[in-house]
Formats: sequence, C-alpha cells, structure tokens
Amino acid sequence: MSWRDTYRAAAEAVLTHRLRSALTVLGILVGITAVILTVGIGNGAKAQVRSQIAELGTNILVVSPGSSTSTSGVRGGFGSASTLTQQDAQALADHAVAPDIQAVAPVSETSASLHVGQTNWTTTLTGTTRAWEDIRGRQVTSGRFLSAEDEQDRATVMVLGPDTASELFSGANPVGQSVVYDGTTFQVVGVLAELSSSESSSNNDLAIVPLSTYSQRIVGGSNRNSVSSIYIKANDAASLSPAYQEASTLLVNLHGLDSAANADFSIATQESLLKAATSVDRTLTVMLAGIAAISLLVGGIGVMNIMLVSVTERIREIGLRKALGARPGVIRRQFLVEASLLGLVGGLIGVGLGAAGVVAIPHFTDTSLILSLPASLGAIAMAVGIGVAFGVYPATRASRLAPIDALRSE
Amino acid sequence: MSAPAVIELIDLGKTYGLGSLEVEALKGVSLRIDQGEFVAIVGPSGSGKSTLMHIIGCLDVPTTGRVELSGSDVASLDEERLAVVRNRHIGFVFQQFNLLAYMTAIRNVELPLVYAGVDPAERHERALRALDQVGLADRGQHKPGELSGGQQQRVAVARALVTEPALILADEPTGNLDSASTVDVLELLSSLNRAGRTIVLITHERDVAARASRVVEILDGRVSPASELDAAGAAR
Repeated sequence: MSWRDTYRAAAEAVLTHRLRSALTVLGILVGITAVILTVGIGNGAKAQVRSQIAELGTNILVVSPGSSTSTSGVRGGFGSASTLTQQDAQALADHAVAPDIQAVAPVSETSASLHVGQTNWTTTLTGTTRAWEDIRGRQVTSGRFLSAEDEQDRATVMVLGPDTASELFSGANPVGQSVVYDGTTFQVVGVLAELSSSESSSNNDLAIVPLSTYSQRIVGGSNRNSVSSIYIKANDAASLSPAYQEASTLLVNLHGLDSAANADFSIATQESLLKAATSVDRTLTVMLAGIAAISLLVGGIGVMNIMLVSVTERIREIGLRKALGARPGVIRRQFLVEASLLGLVGGLIGVGLGAAGVVAIPHFTDTSLILSLPASLGAIAMAVGIGVAFGVYPATRASRLAPIDALRSE
Repeated sequence: MSAPAVIELIDLGKTYGLGSLEVEALKGVSLRIDQGEFVAIVGPSGSGKSTLMHIIGCLDVPTTGRVELSGSDVASLDEERLAVVRNRHIGFVFQQFNLLAYMTAIRNVELPLVYAGVDPAERHERALRALDQVGLADRGQHKPGELSGGQQQRVAVARALVTEPALILADEPTGNLDSASTVDVLELLSSLNRAGRTIVLITHERDVAARASRVVEILDGRVSPASELDAAGAAR
C-alpha cells in the first residue's frame, strides 16, 4: 500500500467520524494554543526586562541606604536620616581609592509641587550632580544640563523631564522660564530627551536641580548631607565586579563597620536586577509551561482514547482489510497516520489560534507577547508527535487482531 | 502427478484452546480441489466447517497437516506471508458482504489491488472490469448503503474477482439475501465457474449446495464418507 493510499484511507476515516475527530483535535489544539501563548508571554516579558535593563546601562551600580539581612529585615541608619552621605559619594569618586569607578552621581529625591503662574504640577524633585546625565545615559533636547558652576554656586537652576516640561509649559519652550518651588524661583536651563521604551513614568517626569542647591535650599537642617542613593558607573562592563568590591570596602570603612555582612547599605547591579527579573520570568514561564504540558498530555490521552475506541469500533473493518491482504504493518501504519493527522490538524489550528492570541491579547492588557517561530514549529511537531506516541498502542492492537476474530465480531 | 491442485489439504488437524479445555475441531481432513471445480462444503454448525473454511482461506493455520495452495505449502507461513497469499490467491465473499460503508462500490472493489500495490490507473480499470462482470458497471459511484442486498453481494463478488485469484471462497454468501437475490448471486457464481473460476462455497442449505459440481459434507471434524457418494446425485 503506497503512502498516498495510506493518507487517503486515514483522511477518509477521520472525515467519516467527524464529531469524534473534531473532539480529538479540540483536545490537542487547546494544549498547543496554551504552549504558544505561554512561550509568547515568556518571550514578551523577557524582552521587556531586557530593554529596561539596557536603558539603564549595564555597567551601573546603585548604592541604596539600609540593607536586607537574613534575620531582621532592613537595617536603617540613625533616626530617619539616610545612611548615605555626600561625603560617601565624594570618597567613591576618588580615583586613587577606587580606580575602577569612572563616575559617581549622588541622588536625593523628594516629591515636590512646582508652580508656573497658575499651573501646578507635582513631580519628583531630584538633586544630583552633572555626572548624572552620563551615568543614566540621558540627553538634553534643548538648553543644557547642570554645570560645575551651578554646583559651586548653588545656583537656582533646573532641568526638566520631557513630561514635566509639557505639563508645566504646555508646548512653549521652557528654557529661560521660571519655575517656583516652595517660595524659591528656579530658572529652567534644559529639557531632557524622552526615554521612549521606558515602563516607568518617573524617567520622563522629574525636575533636576544641583545637589548643593538641593541640600542647602530645599532640605536644610541635619539631613542636608544625606542622599537617597548613589549611582556609580564602572569603567566598563568588565570592571563592574572590582568596582563593586571597591565601593563596598570603602563604604564599610567610612561607616566604621567591622564587615560587609553588617553593612548599612546595599549595592545593586543591573545584572542582579536582570537576574531577579529573569528568575521571576522563568518561574512564571515554567509554571505556565507546566500547565500547557498537562493540557497537551490530556490531549494526547484523548487521542489514545479515541484511537482505541476507533479500533474497537472498526474491528470488522480491520478484519476485512486483513482478509483482503493488508499486512499487519499496513494496518498499524494506517492507524498511526490517522492519529498523527489528528495531531497535525490540532497543531495547525492550535498555532493559528495561539498566533491570533499573541496579536490580540496586547490590545486588551498591557502584557506584551512575542510569537516565536521555533516554538510554533516545535508545537506542530509536538502535536504530531503526541498523535504518533499515543497512537502507537491502539495501532499495534489493531494490527494484531486476527482476521477471523475481527470478522466474527458483530 | 497431474497439474497441481488449486488447494490440497492433507490430514489436517486443528485443536483450539489449551490443557483440559482442548477442543479438536478438525480430526484429519484430506481434501483436494482442482482447477475449475465448484465445490460446496456443507455441515451442521459445530462440525468444523467454519474452521476448515478459515484454513482454506489462510485466515487461520492448522495445528497438524499440510495445506497446499497451487502446489506450495502455506501451513507454516507467518502473518505477513499469509496476508500476501490471501491477497494474491483467494477472493472472499462473506455472508455480511463486508463492504466499507464510507467508500463507493468501485473503491471497495479496488481495495485488494491497493494492498497488492497496483497503481491507481490500472486499479480503476480492473475494478471497472470486475464490476462489469457482475453486471454493476453503472453502480460504481454508489455507496453500499445506496445498493440493495443482492447488489451489495455482487459488489463483494466483484471485489473477490478483481485480483484474479486461484480460488473464490464464499462463506454463506446467500445467508442474508432474499430468495430472488439468492438466485441472482448463485447464478453469478455458476457463470463464473463456467468461465473457469474455481469456487468453494460454504453453506448449510441443501438447495444452495445443489448448485455445486461436488458437495463435501463435514461431520464432527471429518469429511463424511457418504458425502463423496452423494456428490454424484447432488451435481444435478
């Protein structure tokens, strides 16, 4: 019997039992759709995390006050003051002490309501140094960023994020204009370029002033020296690890601590963030893949069930075919082809539905999905494989039927 | 020795079951059927008639003895080889017609040729010829459900013919037919026999058996000695 005849016989058998075939296909396509969507969600999340990390730069360290310990949660500094100070930042910027650190930007932040005429806008007021622009990889679209003179003079100048600028000045050029915060008038000297791929709006909605201005005119008092965090840029990606060591050792010494284990600060690398995000993604993907695998297994058992029913129901047909000269191998092949045909149809429809879901779902939620071609081809192969794997037993049973027993059965 | 018999059974024994439940269905049957014969095998149920038919049809193998089909021993063949023998040398006609309901008549007739590996064009042509021989050339595109019982059995005969087998084995071919169709089908078998086909007919009806040129009666697992004597009378 040629393959063409085998396919024809299998297709006829599948089409003859329409409802049964449709239900089997349904079982498989649910599983395959689940696989496609799972892989799509996993890939989408991964790509999103990657782009966020890339935006922040790969050779950046972020020092935050407090630290998590295994026993007592977060350890803070004295009173409510941050444990990090401007002096820490200055020490870290010393190339003699920390040769692998290229630049340092201490950052202090507070929520602030800015006024321009009758317009109010609440944003994040950030005090930092001019190194921030380079470390965070930002650009200025109009005007300029902070200068060394601004820092020395504690100048009342301000750089606005693109969203902040448009909220306060609604389209007009803000450079040279005045913004009032808490009775102090600041002159806008520049506007930052928009960070388009960013998830968090705080990258585009902020107001930056010199840290010296921030600590003298805005905070004052005993907290004036403390900072919210310190951004450190290593010379390159390779020197990230030594830079981490240098920063840690230096801060432990400066803070008079006996070991890094008791640190009152924590240093995060983008890599550690990436790792954390990726591991969360992976957990999610594994869980979803598990669900998909279970539904595929159920689909496979469905195929086996249907094929067994089909064998039982068609004992006479099998007996007849054998009496007419069908060899056992031919019967087995016919049933295997039938099962894989069901798998193939289920796989194709499943991938189609999955692809449609990948396109449609982002319109309803903010989840981004990415259709993976290898996963789609793999899913189709898997569906056929399931058909074959779960069809082997029924097919073998069919081929072993003795033609007389088969013909006798009513 | 003359030309080899179409089928020759030599001291055939068949035992079913195991241990204490052993049933001896055939107890040394010897039978020779020559080219061009029309033999009826008769016998009450339980006589071993069906077992004999299965062995002649290569659907089953004997426990002892030899089965020679066109001169070659088939008793020891495995399932694979038996399938080939069934395909090439034997055409079956069953009581329940056993046509595949989802295929047209002509495709049912083509089926043995499919397993023989005949290419589609030749298959179609030979199936048409076989349908023509049974007088149903115009019914090829009908499905079995659209045909009468007699017509279905004639399609089944066409299917048995199409491989040009050495032997057509008809197992109670008229058992499910009304009297008019019975006459039809028996007439068809007789005419095939006149055209030179070797036919073995299994039946329990005396008047059906009367169509044959020889009647072999099976009783209690043996060929009844009287039956060969009767044969002269039975053959008109």
